[in-house]
Amino acid sequence: MTATRSTDNMATTLSPMPTPFNAATKSSAPALSFSSVSMVFPDGTHALSETTFDVHAGEFVTVVGPSGCGKSTLLRIASGLNPATSGSVTVDRSSLGYVFQDATLLQWRNVLRNVELMAELEGIPKEERRRRAQEAIELVGLKGAESKYPKQLSGGMKMRASLARSLVLDPSVFLFDEPFGAVDEITRERLNDEVINLFQRKGFAGLFITHSISEAVFLSTRVLVMSARPGRIVADFAVPFAYPRPPELRFEPAFAELSGRISHELRGAHS
Amino acid sequence: MTMTAKAIALTPPDVALDLVGPDAKVRDRRKFEISRVLGPPIVLILFVAFWQYMHESGLRAWFDKPGFLLPSPVTVVNDSFVKGLARGKLLNGVKWTAVVSLVGLGITIVLGMVLAIVMAQARWVERSFYPYLVALQAIPILAVVPIILSVFGTGMQPRLFVCVMIAFFPIVTNTLFGLQSADAGQHDLFTLRGASRWTRLWKLQVPAALPAVFTGFRISAGLSVIGAVVGEQFFRGGDKPGIGIVMEGYRQKNIYPQVYGGLILAAGLGIWFFLVFGRLSRRVVGHWYEASRKPS
Repeated sequence: MTATRSTDNMATTLSPMPTPFNAATKSSAPALSFSSVSMVFPDGTHALSETTFDVHAGEFVTVVGPSGCGKSTLLRIASGLNPATSGSVTVDRSSLGYVFQDATLLQWRNVLRNVELMAELEGIPKEERRRRAQEAIELVGLKGAESKYPKQLSGGMKMRASLARSLVLDPSVFLFDEPFGAVDEITRERLNDEVINLFQRKGFAGLFITHSISEAVFLSTRVLVMSARPGRIVADFAVPFAYPRPPELRFEPAFAELSGRISHELRGAHS
Repeated sequence: MTMTAKAIALTPPDVALDLVGPDAKVRDRRKFEISRVLGPPIVLILFVAFWQYMHESGLRAWFDKPGFLLPSPVTVVNDSFVKGLARGKLLNGVKWTAVVSLVGLGITIVLGMVLAIVMAQARWVERSFYPYLVALQAIPILAVVPIILSVFGTGMQPRLFVCVMIAFFPIVTNTLFGLQSADAGQHDLFTLRGASRWTRLWKLQVPAALPAVFTGFRISAGLSVIGAVVGEQFFRGGDKPGIGIVMEGYRQKNIYPQVYGGLILAAGLGIWFFLVFGRLSRRVVGHWYEASRKPS
């Protein structure tokens, strides 16, 4: 990300992007592509079976599925942390965002230095990474907490810092591994708003893992349902609601109806 | 307090709310400070009282031994620190002991941390070294006195050797434990960006190890005093008589009060080391490290 581009981003923040679910983005090459990916761990656990799907730029895809169905494995394969047993994954890993279940902040670094970390490992010069970190901190609403250490932060603030840390690389693909599972309901809803906000500003390709159907529907342009182990994609729902999505959307009949259908599929996936 | 207020003013409302938590906890902890200040002196008084009792009648009543074996604390302090002659000898002794234990501790820290870093590189390296570390702990110094004496001769060197031998183990094990304490998620971050082994070591493992490293320092600091005194008792040659040598001199002449006086000084040195490293530890890692405390 260059200096000029990022100022552009800041300037256009208030005008909502058109719904990213449009033909233009669909026709281009996918930002992340899984093709017949299977995963068998050395201990014989069959985690994924013949999984195929694409995520395009401007798409936010959420995967829901029963516990232990290999959802997290999906992200570990996408990021290259684990190699797949067979099949292929196409993704540009040079600026991959990855938010883990835990905030995984380094306890000895304050918020600012934590947010800088990914840029630092990437070898970005100090002034540039500090500027990006400041910007990311502001984006996730942590301004004023730069010099706090992780032990002084609440769970929600830690997740914000974790989000900001991935943002400094201005990722074109953003992976979220059940990031808000451990925070309370209200904080989770706030953080959901934050993610949507970031998605609209940055237009990355998002792949989000969660247990929560309502979180999945609220955030995504598409929801994929995975079966129990070995994980397979068993259903693919388009989410038609326009962004930005107000909190009240969660109580709309259409929202409930879609959630119900996904829930039904999920129950089928369990058996 | 003004800093916190400023931070709250600058942050969005939910963040400001979050900030209240930790600060409130700090205030709670203050309640216990009176007991923290009074605790050690109360135990000291009880200890001295028990000591005096053992001298006056305890040794006779419980073990049928004469009381002079354990001189009264008053006699010990009087003979060791008030009367001039012994005081000079003892204080000079503890000075040399401090030198040996400090230098010994320094050598131990450097060697121990280097070995721990080497051992942390691969599981097989760790497994190869570990049994010998444990064996080092079990070696009776007495058995190796002749070889140490012939290699290092007299003076400070053999005492330093013994000091390092005794203080070595906790530094290595604590550093090693610390280096391995960074969690898998944090390692994943470094893997994601293709970090080198060095980057991982300096930016992740070493900082993560610091709290455990300081625990190791504190344990080894106490042991280095023991090591120095033990070393002095085996290697009395040379012109720098440490507290162990001075004490041994008094013991051979059956002058017990000064032996206990020397003990008090050696203990004081150990406590001082412990406190210094405790402070240093709080200085270096206190602002970020959260020791898991039992709820009090």
